[in-house]
Amino acid sequence: MPDLLQSEVLPETSDNVLDIRDLSINYGTPRGELQALRHVSMSIGKKKIVGIVGESGCGKSTLISAIIRLMASNATVQSGEILFKDQDLLGLKEKQMRALRGIDISMVFQDPMQTHNPVLTIGRQMVDIQYRDKLSKANKKKRAAGMLALVGIPDPEARLNQYPYEFSGGMRQRIAIAMALMAKPDLLIADEPTTALDATLEVQIIKRLEELQDEIGCSILFISHHLGVIAELCDEVVVMYAGEVIEQGSVRDVFHNPAHPYTAALLKCDPGHIKEKTRNLPTIPGEVPDLVDLPSGCIYQQRCTKGFARCQSERPAFRQINGSHGVACHLTETDLSKETSQQNEEGITS
Amino acid sequence: MLSYILRRLGLAMVITVLAVTLLFLIIHMIPGDPVSTMLGPRASPELRAALEERMGLNRPLFVQIGLFFFNMLNGDLGTDVFSNRQVTDIVLGQLPYTLTLILSSITWSATLGITLGCYSAANRNSLADRLTGILSVSMIAVPAFVVSLYSLLIFAVNLKWFPAIGAGEPGNFSDQLWHLVLPSLAIGLSWVGYIARLVRASMLEIMGEGHVRTARSFGLPERWITYSYALRLAILPTVTVIGVGMGFLLSAAVFTEIVFSRPGLGKLVIDSITTRNYPVVMGAVLFSTLIFVASTTLADIVNAVLDPRVRSSK
Repeated sequence: MPDLLQSEVLPETSDNVLDIRDLSINYGTPRGELQALRHVSMSIGKKKIVGIVGESGCGKSTLISAIIRLMASNATVQSGEILFKDQDLLGLKEKQMRALRGIDISMVFQDPMQTHNPVLTIGRQMVDIQYRDKLSKANKKKRAAGMLALVGIPDPEARLNQYPYEFSGGMRQRIAIAMALMAKPDLLIADEPTTALDATLEVQIIKRLEELQDEIGCSILFISHHLGVIAELCDEVVVMYAGEVIEQGSVRDVFHNPAHPYTAALLKCDPGHIKEKTRNLPTIPGEVPDLVDLPSGCIYQQRCTKGFARCQSERPAFRQINGSHGVACHLTETDLSKETSQQNEEGITS
Repeated sequence: MLSYILRRLGLAMVITVLAVTLLFLIIHMIPGDPVSTMLGPRASPELRAALEERMGLNRPLFVQIGLFFFNMLNGDLGTDVFSNRQVTDIVLGQLPYTLTLILSSITWSATLGITLGCYSAANRNSLADRLTGILSVSMIAVPAFVVSLYSLLIFAVNLKWFPAIGAGEPGNFSDQLWHLVLPSLAIGLSWVGYIARLVRASMLEIMGEGHVRTARSFGLPERWITYSYALRLAILPTVTVIGVGMGFLLSAAVFTEIVFSRPGLGKLVIDSITTRNYPVVMGAVLFSTLIFVASTTLADIVNAVLDPRVRSSK
């Protein structure tokens, strides 16, 4: 990277593959601007696996579509930057961004049945994505077959000539992983890669992903609502709620010592944590607030059981409470007098 | 793949037999006795009986149908009642004119329609897309014979750019091509609009699917995704529609051939129906049916070639 860029970046970020700072994204809707992401900051270290948890509509998908810059046409970036290896992805030209896709940043999508083009062979699709390489077609095929073998698909040469419909869902997701890792990217974004699969397959795929990550040495941004998988696979976890990061830290800190009431409630609702037989599974009462017409104060206050007066008037700032463990909640603030939302203003660049 | 094609061909044969039987019955239900049409009201009973015998009209209907099929398999479609020429020769003499007209029309209109449809889908809601939309709907709305008449009036009579009637000197290719322009325009115009709308709709649907997002996430060039990845899928319904559309093209060809006094199957059918020349009518309609069945079968096979899921389906 040019020195010019380097000087603008804080020294601590050089270890990170991805740094998202103060990212806010709106969607233009007929009802008004929907504030899908608000002042989101997070980072992914080299060779780290970071998980994002949160319920549907919390902004996970918006976040990853912004990283790979494949946003919906009605999405607008309000503020922030996405630094990938110290260059701001949001400032790149489309052509520069396209050069990164599939090579430096690649993705595995949620639904393996929808991931591949149904009328082209797997081999053709795996060869096509290597179009930037000046290799012979035979060599590209060989590399593709090698990747398929690596993700555990038997007889890969023959299977390259088959079409997606001839593979099961689990196989297709393995193929998707093979395709995503073929160019040995620095960052793999996995968007709920195991949600559409059954539990046995999920374990197999997670295991394989872990091995491959170790081998290739890439970082992974792993989106899931399966807390067990996050705990198993990830080093760090980011908890999102209604477009905000409300807690992040190491898996150990966040899962064993949740600081935000939402995280605590989420953990309580995880079926994996329930030891005793119950008739009804626990839920978090209430609904996610309307992101077009945001309530004042804390975004979670309507559903929070521990809220107090200040939660309704003032948005809690995201602050570190213990090393890398950070949270946006008034309950954790020891010094209640002067801490306001200063931290949010610091990051705004535009 | 082979078993798929064989199954399709078998189906095509069944359809042909059914269609021919139906046509045979319909032609015999047309009011008016061919014998009196041809011989006039004052013909002697002997003369009438002789003609009926020659046309085979004195036999039971099902025997007539059976004989027709039997002769058809031997390539014999009977003889023209007036000229005594072989119907097969007459029809085969007219067939190339109609085939050229239909195939040229569908070729230019499909090429233009698919291009416009892709462009519209790629530039959705742009001014060009809206204009294409309005133009397409107007093209669909205008019937082929109206376009025939007006294009004849404007381009042949007033501007004198193109010849008005006929199909050109036999053997003179450029003259024949020149004569083909206006009729082909008349038949193809509504198809441009139709295919453009169809391709636009299926392109938009396909471009929103997960595999297109995957292709984008691997940095494939957008043009590549559109024309090589998405169009291959979006074209499938269009292929089927064009296959079935051959039937509409044939009926449009009938009008157009009459307006431009072009030789062809359509003109042959009309001429022979007005004279109750049953063997020629049957021969001409049989070939039209064969064209239709062949085109739908071909569309199915093309679909199977393009889509592996169709190939493997039972």
